[in-house]
Amino acid sequence: MGRSSTVKETQALFQSLRSAYAATPNNLKIIDVFVGFAVLTAIIQVVYMAVVGSFPFNSFLSGVLSCIGTAVLAVCLRIQVNKDNKEFKDVAPERAFADFILCNLVLHLVIMNFMG
Amino acid sequence: MASPESAVNGPTMTAGAASKSLRNAFGGVIAFIILVLIGVLAFSIRLFSVIKYESVIHEFDPYFNYRVTQFLSKNGIYDFWNWFDDRTWYPLGRVIGGTVYPGLTLTAGTIWKVVNSLNIPLSVETVCVFTAPIFSAFASWAAYLLTKEVKGPGAGLTAAALLAMVPSYISRSVAGSYDNEAVAIFALVFTFYLYIKTLNTGSLFYATLNALAYFYMVCSWGGYTFIINLIPMHVLLCIVTGRYSSRLYIAYAPLVVLGTLLASLVPVVGFNAVLTSEHFASFLVFIIIHVVALAYYIKGILSPKMFKVAVTLVVSVGLAVCCAVIAILIAVVASSPTKGWSGRSLTLLDPTYASKYIPIIASVSEHQPPTWPSYFMDINVLAFLVPAGIIACFMPLTDSSSFVILYIVTSVYFSGVMVRLMLVLAPAACILSGIALSEAFNVLTRSIKNRKKEKENVEKKPTPSKTEKRLLVLPLEASVIAVLLLVLLGAFYVVFSVQVHCVWAAAEAYSAPSIVLTSHSNDGGLHVFDDFREAYSWLSHNTDVDDKVASWWDYGYQTTAMANRTVLVDNNTWNNTHIATVGTAMSSPEKQAWEIFHSLDVKYVLVVFGGVVGYPSDDINKFLWMVRIGGGVFPHIKEPDYLRDGQYRIDAQATPTMLNCLMYKLSYFRSDFIPIHKTDGKGFDRVRRTEIGKKHFKLTHFEEVFTTHHWMVRIYKLKPQRNRIRGKTKKSKSSRSVSSKRDVRGKRNPWH
Repeated sequence: MGRSSTVKETQALFQSLRSAYAATPNNLKIIDVFVGFAVLTAIIQVVYMAVVGSFPFNSFLSGVLSCIGTAVLAVCLRIQVNKDNKEFKDVAPERAFADFILCNLVLHLVIMNFMG
Repeated sequence: MASPESAVNGPTMTAGAASKSLRNAFGGVIAFIILVLIGVLAFSIRLFSVIKYESVIHEFDPYFNYRVTQFLSKNGIYDFWNWFDDRTWYPLGRVIGGTVYPGLTLTAGTIWKVVNSLNIPLSVETVCVFTAPIFSAFASWAAYLLTKEVKGPGAGLTAAALLAMVPSYISRSVAGSYDNEAVAIFALVFTFYLYIKTLNTGSLFYATLNALAYFYMVCSWGGYTFIINLIPMHVLLCIVTGRYSSRLYIAYAPLVVLGTLLASLVPVVGFNAVLTSEHFASFLVFIIIHVVALAYYIKGILSPKMFKVAVTLVVSVGLAVCCAVIAILIAVVASSPTKGWSGRSLTLLDPTYASKYIPIIASVSEHQPPTWPSYFMDINVLAFLVPAGIIACFMPLTDSSSFVILYIVTSVYFSGVMVRLMLVLAPAACILSGIALSEAFNVLTRSIKNRKKEKENVEKKPTPSKTEKRLLVLPLEASVIAVLLLVLLGAFYVVFSVQVHCVWAAAEAYSAPSIVLTSHSNDGGLHVFDDFREAYSWLSHNTDVDDKVASWWDYGYQTTAMANRTVLVDNNTWNNTHIATVGTAMSSPEKQAWEIFHSLDVKYVLVVFGGVVGYPSDDINKFLWMVRIGGGVFPHIKEPDYLRDGQYRIDAQATPTMLNCLMYKLSYFRSDFIPIHKTDGKGFDRVRRTEIGKKHFKLTHFEEVFTTHHWMVRIYKLKPQRNRIRGKTKKSKSSRSVSSKRDVRGKRNPWH
C-alpha cells in the first residue's frame, strides 16, 4: 500500500518536473542542451582515462577541465539571461553573452597552454 | 495642506539633486587626492633603510631572488624557465625553473625591461630594492577598493591609510626586502577585492579578472592555499546561513575551474593543484554548490507538495551514494602518510607537528608562535579596533561583511601559530579597523545632522513615526558635539600615536638590512660592521671560480649571490639529508669532518663567530640545531653528548665531545690572542659571557685563511692530504698526489 503510493508519487513528481521544464523558453533549453553535451564529453574522457591510463596527466586534466569549465560558464550565462531572475534584470543579455565569450577565451587560452 | 508643502519642496528638490551631484563630484576628487597621498605615504615610510644605510638588498632570501632576477634580465625568460643551477647544493644542483615561485622575479624583470626600454637607466638592483615599496602602495589602493565594496568609500580610505602604515606589513616590505611577500600581499588583497566585487555584482567579467588575480597570487607565494581554502569556507558559510544566491554561484564556480587550471600552469605547483589535500576543500564545495544550485532550481519550478516528494526521494537515494563516495575518498586520503597535506600546511594545522617530525621547519625563527607583545608591536592600536569592526560588520550582515569576518578569524588563528603569518593578519586588521572608525564617525556626524534637522522639524508639524526614530539620537543632544570633538581628538591622538609608533618601528626596528650591522660607540658615533660583505668579497677575489664553500645553510644564498662560489646547502632547505651531512660534519671531530668535506670536494669552510663583538646570531648559538638535524639522519650524533647536565656550555665544564667538535675549534681558534680587547690570552666569549673551555689548541686538518676585521666571519681551507703517513704503512714510501685514495688512511667512515 505504502509502496504503491510512493511509486505513484514518484511518477507524479516526474510528470510535474517534465511539464514545468517544458514551459521554459527555447533559448534556455538550447543552453541546457549545450551544458549536457559538455558534461557528457567530460564523462567520456574520464571513462577513456580509466581504460587507457592517465599518462600524460596534463592532457587529461586540460581536456576534462575544459569541458567542465565550458559547462559552468554556460550555466552562468543561463543564470544571467533567464528573465525570471530578478537580480539580473538590468543586465542586457548581450552583455552577459560578451562576458561569457571573454571568460571562454581566457579558459581556452589556458587550456591550449596546458595541454602540452 | 499637502500642496503648499509640495510647492515648497519642488524647487528645493531639483536644487538638492544638483547640489548632491556636485557634492558627489567634489567627494570623488577629494577621495582621489587622498588615495594619491596614501600611496606616497606607503612608499616613503619604507625608505628609511635606504636613507640610513644604502640601497642594498637585505637579509638572506632576497639575495636569492636578486640573483634569479639578474639571471632573468641577462638571459631572457626561456633560459630562466629551464634553468638548472649547479652553483648550489653541490653535488645535487637545483632546478630553479621548477622550484621557485616566479611572480616576484617576473614582476621585477618586467619593470626593469619596461623602464630600460624607455631609456631610464635603472640597474636591476635598484629595481629590486624599490619593488616592495611600490607594491605596498598598490596594496593600500587594493585595500581601499575592497573596503569600499564592503562598507563604503569612507571606510575604504581609512583602511587604506592604516594599511600604508601598519608595522607588520612594513617589516616585510621595506626598501631592500626583496621577498615574495612584497607582491603577494598586494595580490592577496586584490584577489579578495575582485571576489567580493563579483559577489556583489554577479558579473562574469569580474569573475574572469578574479581568476587572473588568483593566478598572479599563485605565481607569487606559497600562501595562496590560504585563498583557495578561505573562499570555499565562505561559500559554505553563505550556503549554510541561507544566503545562497545565483551571484554566489557565478562568483565561485568559474573561479574553481579556471583557478585550478591556472594554478597547474605554474611549475612549482603543477599537479599538486589537483592531487594535494590543500585543494580538496575547493573541489568539495564545488560539488556542494552544484547540488544546492540544482535544489534551488527544482524548488523554483515545482509546486511545494511535489518538492517535498522530490526531497524525500533524493535524500534516500543520495545518502547511500554519498556514503559510498565518502568512504572511497577517505580510503584514498588515509593511504598517504601525511593524509595528502604538505609539511608546512600540517605545521599550521597542528602547531606541534614540526617540532616532532621536521626539525628544519621548527628551527626557523619565523615559524615560532608569536608572543603577546609582538601583536601590539606589529598592529598596535588596531588590536583594539578589530572587535568594534567585527560588530560593525554585523549591522547589517551582508555577504561581503561575512567574508571579512571569516578572513579576520582565520588569520588571527594562523598568526597565532606562526609569527611570520602576522603579515596575513595585517590587511584584515586594517580593513576591520577602517570599518570601525568610519562607522563611529558616521553615527556621530549623523546625530549632529539630525539634531539640526530636529530643530527645523519642531517648527513644522511633526510626523509621529519619524520623530520616533530621530529621538533615538537626540538624548545625546547636549553632549553630542562634545562626544564628536572627543572622538576627533581621540582620532588625532590615535593617528598621531599610531603614526609615531609606525614611523619609529619603520625607522628603528625593521629597517636593518642585517647584512650590515651598526652600533653606537661611547661618544655617540656610529660604528659599522661590514664583515659579511668583506668576507664574501675576499672569497670572490681570492679563490677559484670552481671552489666549493661549506657553511651552515643560512649563508648559502648570500654566498652564491655575492661571492659567486658554489655552496653545499642554502636557505631553500629542500634536502634534509644534505643539510644533516653538513651538520654532522660541523659536530664531528676534525678528522671525520675533514673526510666528510673532502668527499664532497669542499675547499673552504665558512663560520660565523660573534664572540668578539657580541653578535648573538652566530654559528655557536645555532650549533644545537646542527646537532639535532644531523642526529636526525646520522644516529651516531647524539644531542646529550654535547650538553653538560642538560645545559649547553662552551666553558671549562663543557663535555669533551663539544670541546673537540669542528664548530668549536673553527670558532675559537686563536681567539685567545685577540688584540682588540686585550684579554691577555683569557679567551672571553662576549655572547656566551664566559671564558672558553679549551684554549691554545692547534688545527690539524684545516688552516685559517681569512678572518674579517671584527672576527665575525672566519674562513678556513681544508689542508691537502699528507704525502707520507708515519707509522701506518712503512713500505709504501712513494709520494702520492693530493687526490690519493682515502682508504689508505684506514679509518672508519661515518657514512656506513
